[in-house]
Amino acid sequence: MDDFDRALINQYQGGFPLTSQPFLQLAEQFGCTEDKVITRIESLLADGTLTRFGPLYDVEVFGGLFVLAAIEVPENRFEEVTGIVNGFSEVAHNYARNHRLNMWFVIACEVAEQAARTITDLEGATGLKVYAFPKEEEFYINLRFEV
Amino acid sequence: MSQIELTELQRRLVIETQSGLPLVAKPYAQIAATLGCSEEQVLADMSLLLEKGVIRRIGLVPNHYRLGYTHNAMTVWDVDDAHASALGEKVGALAFVSHCYLRPRHLPLWPYRLFAMVHGKTEQDVEQQIACIHELLGDHCRQADRLYSSKILKKTGMRLKPKFVPLPVEKN
Repeated sequence: MDDFDRALINQYQGGFPLTSQPFLQLAEQFGCTEDKVITRIESLLADGTLTRFGPLYDVEVFGGLFVLAAIEVPENRFEEVTGIVNGFSEVAHNYARNHRLNMWFVIACEVAEQAARTITDLEGATGLKVYAFPKEEEFYINLRFEV
Repeated sequence: MSQIELTELQRRLVIETQSGLPLVAKPYAQIAATLGCSEEQVLADMSLLLEKGVIRRIGLVPNHYRLGYTHNAMTVWDVDDAHASALGEKVGALAFVSHCYLRPRHLPLWPYRLFAMVHGKTEQDVEQQIACIHELLGDHCRQADRLYSSKILKKTGMRLKPKFVPLPVEKN
């Protein structure tokens, strides 16, 4: 990652322009070509520095629901259960964590009722209890990372 | 939170862009061509969705592990219910806390109610952040734990499924 990549990441974790030629606007700001901006974002996505590029949606604003959930997965089934859980399109993120509850994931559903059904289906598919941790209150979210 | 109902076109716009924007000079025009509407319509709808909070932000989403934030902990706290909201406000306002929530307990396995995500480049950084939260909670905290993430197993974000409904005929 060079200074250009760092500047891109620090300045555009949000606020990507809604204009006809947004990459051109960035190019003018950074004093480079539109092509350079596009190919850099492409390569940062390809090498895994970026996980995504585009809009981040909040399903809860249009009637959906995010639910944090966890499973106590036996060590010898970890890989298999990861495959099952990740196979659900409703599972948006999944992390291995160092606790008895060693798998933590976020279920994102367009319709709130679907979350409960997904939990039941996950229990059926894995044969393991799924602990649900729906949020009761949310405080300030700060998701910017400086590089 | 005020909720909004998406129009059919907005819903198709979400589906079209939820995995990312096309990396071409005119990304919104390309989306418009796929959806069969004008570029102006796409820009107007995306501005509206951003304003309403349906879109939280538009931009680059870095893999924080790759940026050197290799130590990521979900810190969890068993706090007095009576003070939980006020404590959540304080912890959530700390600059190093990315998310902060109150969630239900699952006794006896899980006595914790307040969740705060912290991120650092070293374990020492994170432990300092945890000590800072501990101090802030003081006597209101009965017990606490920290769950470091050892691996990202999946990180795709939300995915709407296309509904099998006929698309509306575009009126000219």
